[in-house]
Amino acid sequence: MLAYALKRSFAALLILIVVSALTFSLSHLSADPALTIGGAQASDEDIEAIRKLYGFDRPVYVQYFEWAGRALAGDFGKSYHYGERVSFMISQRIGTTMTLGVLALLFALIISIPLGVVAAIRPNSLVDRIALLIAVFGQALPTFWFALMMIIVMGVWWRWLPISGNDTWAHFVMPTIALGYYATPALMRLTRAGMIEVLGSDYIRTARAKGLSPSVVLFKHALRNAIIPVVALAAVWFGFMLGGSIVIETIFNLKGIGWLSYDALLRSDLPVVQAIVLIFASFYVILTLLSDLLNAWLDPRISVR
Amino acid sequence: MSETVLEVENLTVDIPIASGMLHPVRGISFSVQKGETLCIVGESGCGKSLTSLAMMGLLPKTAQRRTDKLLFRGEEIGDLPERQMSKLRGGAMSMIFQEPMTSLNPAYTIGDQLMEAFRRHVTRDRAVARDRAVYLLEKVGISSAASRLSQYPHQLSGGLRQRVMIAMALMCEPELIIADEPTTALDVTIQAQILHLLAELQDEFDMGLILITHDLGVVARIADKVQVMYAGRTVEEGPVNAIFEEPAHPYTQGLLRCIPVPGKTKRGERLGSVPGIVPNLVGDLEGCMFRNRCPHATAECDTAGEQLAKLSSGDHAHACIRSLADRAAIDASSTKAAE
Ligand SMILES: Nc1ncnc2c1ncn2[C@@H]1O[C@H](COP(=O)(O)OP(=O)(O)OP(=O)(O)O)[C@@H](O)[C@H]1O
Ligand SMILES: [Mg+2]
Repeated sequence: MLAYALKRSFAALLILIVVSALTFSLSHLSADPALTIGGAQASDEDIEAIRKLYGFDRPVYVQYFEWAGRALAGDFGKSYHYGERVSFMISQRIGTTMTLGVLALLFALIISIPLGVVAAIRPNSLVDRIALLIAVFGQALPTFWFALMMIIVMGVWWRWLPISGNDTWAHFVMPTIALGYYATPALMRLTRAGMIEVLGSDYIRTARAKGLSPSVVLFKHALRNAIIPVVALAAVWFGFMLGGSIVIETIFNLKGIGWLSYDALLRSDLPVVQAIVLIFASFYVILTLLSDLLNAWLDPRISVR
Repeated sequence: MSETVLEVENLTVDIPIASGMLHPVRGISFSVQKGETLCIVGESGCGKSLTSLAMMGLLPKTAQRRTDKLLFRGEEIGDLPERQMSKLRGGAMSMIFQEPMTSLNPAYTIGDQLMEAFRRHVTRDRAVARDRAVYLLEKVGISSAASRLSQYPHQLSGGLRQRVMIAMALMCEPELIIADEPTTALDVTIQAQILHLLAELQDEFDMGLILITHDLGVVARIADKVQVMYAGRTVEEGPVNAIFEEPAHPYTQGLLRCIPVPGKTKRGERLGSVPGIVPNLVGDLEGCMFRNRCPHATAECDTAGEQLAKLSSGDHAHACIRSLADRAAIDASSTKAAE
């Protein structure tokens, strides 16, 4: 297990290095940053001065190492537009996005796993059909449309919930549902498929032949095995949801990272975009690593492969 | 006086399927005493596994079971609610399955899976359960038993896993063990070891053993009684000697034809030497089910019943409407007619 963990961590580190290089080079190659900063009216001398000031005239690899070194220390430079430190801007907002992401993931898991399990115990029953309906809707409805419908019904008609901002927990309810619902169908279908397969397996028959109670058979013997692929998928969806929070945060005016990246993209605020892309990418890699380790713990066969 | 552990009378299993009602088990009766080995033989699909699952109350959800009698230690268990039945299962009666590679849960250690039933049926005490598990692992011939407890199934070979399955079945001192082809998935040398072990343990713990097998060599060596099944019914039953020395039913004779000397059958010899295919058991059935493969069949067999009729030597019975002598006479006259 330890050897496996080390091996996977090393691979994750390599991926991170590649990702950081790509992040750096993509944003540097796409446009001349000095032009972006200077704006359309800047004279050639101004541009040259900006190049010197920001160090754009040095070789690219020097710039990369300098940038990466500072990024490791949490320093992403200053926002071109606001002039504030990027690290400060992000640290102010990351809590909101993480809260939203975690709540949405929990919401998705709490809905999808029990529904998937019940649907698997009684395939083609009423519950199974309802679950299927939910899944089909979830897959078919665009997130933004679902979010807008919620705003209209729960926010405007019934006035149950605030529709904009992130001051209280109530502000998170609709965004959580909108974002979490997005992941529910896939997680539910996978739980159902996994449970159906596992419930038909020989070791479940063995467990029943031992006279274990139905709940022990179901939760200890079946769910534990059926949940393994769900864990991996949930990690991937968590990453998607953090990315997807751009739409949700913009709709609900939640001032998180998603909202910030939308703003930064509109203004070509390069340091901010770089920092966000790098943070999300690192997060993704770490998530995948964690889910691999969790899987290895759940399924003892994985770490020997 | 020997004690009857299990007595089954007229067991039927019906399964509704798309094309109608399937009758895979159609009225099977038998009994097993303490310390006795009953072998059930018959070709693939004749209902052996369903019979054993029916006794354990483990049939698939769609299957319907009926019995006139299903007595375990003299008590009727056919109508026990699931909760009570699950107390017997894995406790006083346990089962060993055909597939050791997939019958253990990959996510839990051998020790956990061994102790599980014991902690449900006997005592919650971990230490006691652990001692029992180590004792039984040693009994089934697994070395360094204590350290095996923390291993996972994928770390063991097929033969070892089947030994673990046997140890698992023995955890709660069962009075009856049902082993459904416990060695089919293993290679030949391991097969012999496992069966030998099973027979030895059965003797030592004085359990009733129902062994389902394809292997006639095994039957000849370890059975006390034999039950030959064909298409969901018993076509012949009796003490092992009677079955091997004076097989009475044409199907049994067909099975044994390749074995000239009783008791000397080669290990691993498979059934299936009888030409023809098994009839479809869907819908209303009439007549002897073996007639399409029987060399002695006549028009009478289309309406014949399949009741077991006793033969001269007490316990030996077969389900053919004609005696051996009758069949010989019919065969003789039909050869004459052909000439
Ligand atoms: N769940 C089920 N639904 C429909 N038919 C079934 C089901 N289980 C078993 N059968 C059918 O019932 C018949 C008897 O099955 P069973 O498993 O008892 O045979 P078997 O004698 O154990 O054969 P084998 O030697 O191959 O294990 C077979 O024809 C099988 O196809
Ligand atoms: Mg079978």
